[in-house]
Amino acid sequence: MAEKVLKKGNEGIALGAIHCGCDGYFGYPITPQSEVMETLMEEKPWETTGMVVLQAESEIASINMVHGGACCGKKVMTSSSSPGLSLMCEGLSYLAASELPCVVVNVVRGGPGLGTIQPSQGDYYQAVKGGGHGDYKTIVLAPFSAQEMYDFVGLGFDLAFKYRIPVMMLTDGMIGQMMEKVELRPQQARLSDQEIVSRYGSWATTGKTSDRPKNAVTSLALESKVHEALNFKLQAKYAEITEHEVRFETLACEDAEYLLVAYGSVARICESAVEAARAQGIKLGLLRPITLFPFPNVEIQRMIPQLKGILSVELSAGQMVDDIRLAVEGKVPVHFYGRLGGMIPSPQEVLEACKAHYIK
Amino acid sequence: MIMDVKDIIKPENLVYKKNKVLTNNVMHYCPGCSHGTVHKLIAEVIDEMGIQDKTIGISPVGCAVFAYNYVDIDWQQAAHGRAPALATAIKRLCPDKYVFTYQGDGDLASIGTAEIMHACNRGENIVVIFINNAIYGMTGGQMAPTTLLGMVTSTTPYGRQADLNGYPLKITELIAQLEGTCYVTRQSVQNAAAARKTKKALRKAFENSNQSKGTSFVEVVSSCGSGWKLSPVQANIWMEENMFPYYPLGDLKDR
Amino acid sequence: MKEEIIIAGFGGQGVLSMGKILAYSGIMQDQEVTWMPSYGPEMRGGTANVTVIISDKRISSPIVNTYDTAIILNQQSLDKFEPMVKAGGLLIYDPNGIIRHPVRKDIHIYSIEAVEEAAKLGNAKAYNMIVLGAFLKLKSIVKMENVIKGLKKSIPERHHHLIPMNEQAIEVGMGAAKQLNAV
Repeated sequence: MAEKVLKKGNEGIALGAIHCGCDGYFGYPITPQSEVMETLMEEKPWETTGMVVLQAESEIASINMVHGGACCGKKVMTSSSSPGLSLMCEGLSYLAASELPCVVVNVVRGGPGLGTIQPSQGDYYQAVKGGGHGDYKTIVLAPFSAQEMYDFVGLGFDLAFKYRIPVMMLTDGMIGQMMEKVELRPQQARLSDQEIVSRYGSWATTGKTSDRPKNAVTSLALESKVHEALNFKLQAKYAEITEHEVRFETLACEDAEYLLVAYGSVARICESAVEAARAQGIKLGLLRPITLFPFPNVEIQRMIPQLKGILSVELSAGQMVDDIRLAVEGKVPVHFYGRLGGMIPSPQEVLEACKAHYIK
Repeated sequence: MIMDVKDIIKPENLVYKKNKVLTNNVMHYCPGCSHGTVHKLIAEVIDEMGIQDKTIGISPVGCAVFAYNYVDIDWQQAAHGRAPALATAIKRLCPDKYVFTYQGDGDLASIGTAEIMHACNRGENIVVIFINNAIYGMTGGQMAPTTLLGMVTSTTPYGRQADLNGYPLKITELIAQLEGTCYVTRQSVQNAAAARKTKKALRKAFENSNQSKGTSFVEVVSSCGSGWKLSPVQANIWMEENMFPYYPLGDLKDR
Repeated sequence: MKEEIIIAGFGGQGVLSMGKILAYSGIMQDQEVTWMPSYGPEMRGGTANVTVIISDKRISSPIVNTYDTAIILNQQSLDKFEPMVKAGGLLIYDPNGIIRHPVRKDIHIYSIEAVEEAAKLGNAKAYNMIVLGAFLKLKSIVKMENVIKGLKKSIPERHHHLIPMNEQAIEVGMGAAKQLNAV
């Protein structure tokens, strides 16, 4: 039987990285995610799996170290929190344009500016709409438990290599600092250069051998035609991801007349709100997007006929609510309820907000 | 007797042959530019050491961004100034590889100052090739951190002034102070003798990088006729008269 | 079974580690647990509290407004959390340093003189285990054998020789809780 341990979400990320055969982690300390690198340093995976762990001089350096490692076909990752992610956006754009796989964790804190170290979901736009320059996207996973923090590192790498795309885990200090039961998976071996080539093709800079032309991993294309073709290729990839990789979870949605949509930490609060509503005879359900890009548009659209109203619950001023509104195209009222600056609503507050809008 | 070209091009008359690690692509560099010579020297060193399949280069943002078109090895193209961060990860993840960055003065000594300092200070077992021509070539001749005082550029149209623009940055001298570097040298390629010395320096740097000795740093004081608004010959003379006194050639550190 | 517990006091009193041992004990008997900390401005000296939920079923919100049990180790925490104990719930507190004692009549209230008991044991570090003992005596939601397993899991191996001392402190706590109000 798999070992069950009590771990913080952040510790779960570190263990998930080691156990899924991650080759390298590059990071810079920032609250509330420093436990990720601290746990890795404590675990010393370089002595067991050979995984490289390095404290970089800045978030700019960490994301570019990820760039270097990813070009070699290695499973590499970094983690940071909001201001650090802002610094990484240039690098993320390069990674996306160069079609490189990697996992980037954002344990979001309250912004803008230096903000607060408390939980927030204010980086939704940055994560889902690109963040850096140019028309690019990253797959965005939103874990809502320590177990998912652990599991999604491996899942993230699988998706990242399948599509050659950066995968972001968007979470916050509530999930990062909370301890829960985590069921550990068996240790996966790291891949050799030969295995990388046989599994993923020979695009990586593993050293130019006589049997193939040199690989130059670049995002530069000065000719407009060439560059447009590169962009079309990226867009086709995003369309394919949208078709195949939507993940979500529903609670009490079969007969729901009212729907909460929430991801990550707030989805946990909303689960309790749904339980409370059902106890009062209110037909409330919850849809929890697990992938924020691609967004579960189709599932929300499928529910339109049964719904009298949707409430987007977020730790932001209202960002995901835009995507819900785009999905329903005005066919169902969509309202927003959120708290800011690290404030976390109680299940009762969420239920009251829902009632205030829809159940007079 | 009138000789035909065919009579001249014969194996027995061959005095020079392009190195096979150099591609057949026509270089985009301006006449007199040092980049082409340095590319050729790198290709020769890689060929002579037999490490084509083990070498990974990182090209910068700047004129040498297209270095990957000319040297036939695996390349990565870095964001502006970040090549040392990429190189750090590559060398740590693939310790048997020979990893080098190729960076200009804007890339290495301005926007990428943090990355180069910290990679060198960690003693990453990489080679850094630093092309210092005291100007931003690709963007059209703006002031670089290494631009000399009084030098006219498109952003110092009246000449670089210390009170307005600060002083030309001797970053190689700073790099030599760092414990992590094992070999720091300043060379040039304006004539055959200088090019031969630079090749020797590059060979030493590449050899160091698989001996866990730390970072090897090779600055090449270079000319940029286009940016300096001089002919290739004038540019070389100007470089010798103005650049070399401020950026003296020779080894700064060798251990 | 679902038990929602708040443990609150000063940083350095072992609030967070007490919660961790309790949560680990739950895992050892295959229950679902959450451990949700809330720090004061400083990790030491400021107020620290942790919400621990142990349940037979999957836990939704790790943050709750009312508690089945409040374990209170300083005045600020008593003032804050006494009103948040569910009617019929349990409040355990260490009266050391308390000048405004709990007043509710609709909850079970016990005191545990843990500072004094720790002094008797000659080990100030046993403090939080004495408090934990009092809780386990009053609500035996986790078995003692699982608490010992939880202890082993939550403290580094190099400190495992201290486990018998911790076990002793828990037993002392079990015998030292005094009932002040019953419902």
